[in-house]
Amino acid sequence: MSVLVVVECDGGEVKKSSLEVASYGSQVAQMLGTTATAVAVGEATEANLAQLGEQGISKVLYDAEPRLKDFVNGAYTKLIAAAAEKEGAQVIVLANSNIGAAVGSRLSVRLKASLATNVVELPKNEGGSFTVKRGAFSGKAFADVVLTGDRKILAVKKNSIEALHEAGKTATVESFSASLSDADFADAPKQVVMQDQAGGVLLPEADRVVSGGRGMKGPENWHLIEDLAKALGAATACSKPVSDVDWRPHHEHVGQTGITVSPNLYIACGISGAIQHLAGVNSSKVIVVINKDPEAPFFKAADYGIVGDVFEILPKLTQAVKELN
Amino acid sequence: MKFLVCISNVPDTTTKITFTPDNKEFNKAGVQFVINPWDEYALTRAIELKEAQGSGTVTVLNVGEADTEPNIRKALAIGADDAIRVNAAPKDAYFVAEQIAAIAKEGAYDVILMGKESIDYNGFQVHGMVGELLGIPTVAPAMKLDMSGNTATLEREIEGGKEIVEVNTPFVASCQQPMCEPRIPNMRGIMTARTKPLKVVEPTGEGARTSVAEYALPPKKQGVKLIPAESAGELIKLLRNEAKVI
Repeated sequence: MSVLVVVECDGGEVKKSSLEVASYGSQVAQMLGTTATAVAVGEATEANLAQLGEQGISKVLYDAEPRLKDFVNGAYTKLIAAAAEKEGAQVIVLANSNIGAAVGSRLSVRLKASLATNVVELPKNEGGSFTVKRGAFSGKAFADVVLTGDRKILAVKKNSIEALHEAGKTATVESFSASLSDADFADAPKQVVMQDQAGGVLLPEADRVVSGGRGMKGPENWHLIEDLAKALGAATACSKPVSDVDWRPHHEHVGQTGITVSPNLYIACGISGAIQHLAGVNSSKVIVVINKDPEAPFFKAADYGIVGDVFEILPKLTQAVKELN
Repeated sequence: MKFLVCISNVPDTTTKITFTPDNKEFNKAGVQFVINPWDEYALTRAIELKEAQGSGTVTVLNVGEADTEPNIRKALAIGADDAIRVNAAPKDAYFVAEQIAAIAKEGAYDVILMGKESIDYNGFQVHGMVGELLGIPTVAPAMKLDMSGNTATLEREIEGGKEIVEVNTPFVASCQQPMCEPRIPNMRGIMTARTKPLKVVEPTGEGARTSVAEYALPPKKQGVKLIPAESAGELIKLLRNEAKVI
């Protein structure tokens, strides 16, 4: 019995969401009286993997096979399944990311495990029943899910768990091979295209997001959003109408049918707050709404609000952030 | 080419979510149900690809009780050729995946499409489970899907970018925008949908691996704190000193 944590790496670094996943996994291990082992995927460095000790991980398994640098569903699934068998893992924890969902769903069938995605809290293991809280109804509700299988797979929603940082603790890094063959790489990507991120902050991983809607009146005004985002170290986003008319690219669209984000701070500029937009942002910790219409429904979901003209307010905010820094 | 499009029957996107008094089930009373918005991308793209190929069929599949039939008919009106309903309430993602896999296998479908996730349960699980049950590749979430012979070229969204992936049939893809512009039924479609075949079959498989003990609504917000527009800079101070998020 042990806990296996899947850690996603990119450009040598462990992703922030995976630090949360590692912290979640080590706390589950403690609860079950066992240890947490990580299996790393993507491009990692040994030093960064050893640092996962700070999140309570005791051992990291890493296959340095170069073809594993990019996501390959078949190969990743086989690698993680092999690590789970080697460690006798009863609980597997991964990020509720596009990689985590793709691998977790296949793994659950292969390992005959119960799967819960979109998990927002540590599990309860009481009276022989293993229960986790997950988000449902597009952020409008939560569900306590009972995982009835002997094996459990949990995909943890970003920014729901505080990452642990126990300075000085290190994990041992072990090389690990799942004897992958060419067939396991049959669905490898032919090409990977990364977007230019404004200010270099990736929207799905961002702690802070500045988002614009139709109230911004046109793409030529987006520098106001970008300036504030840059000052705050935030990612930029937009509402559906904005991406529908191509003012901004689709990958910036947050909402029911776009990306779901849960940053610490979400600043909505000129967005009225249709229920479909709220579905993508309502698990943000703090929501700020700037809108000239005091009746905009978004104010009901906001923590802070300013009723006024975004074109006047945004430069003032950017200036205030610069002064503060 | 045979397309199988899986659709889910979900509460309309503007629904106020409430639960039964014991909090064990979603309260359906007075709720309008629609085809899951993500599934509309899968359905329309399958119809477009069939039209481009000039032959083939699009079958729509739903796991649900008889009350989902209006939305199955709507999918037929949009342009699917026939439909299958597995007569059971969808218990969990694995239960649904087992039904889809059984039907996909029996009907030897070439392309199995569905939406990225359902907007009610937000599992984002079924696609991978179906692929694994059938031992075929899954591409999820797919933003673009083109076919040339038996080879599909897809764009898969990854955090911060996309991957171009090529797979051969049979495969599973879970779809999202901007794959296509979802179609709405026209009058002719609505008329012909009435007579298109809708087969009802009983469920199969081992059954669910999870269950919901209780639903809960999120805690209510404290209410918005308004800052006068003239002193907008105050907001930044509050975000640092009070909310502690910057």
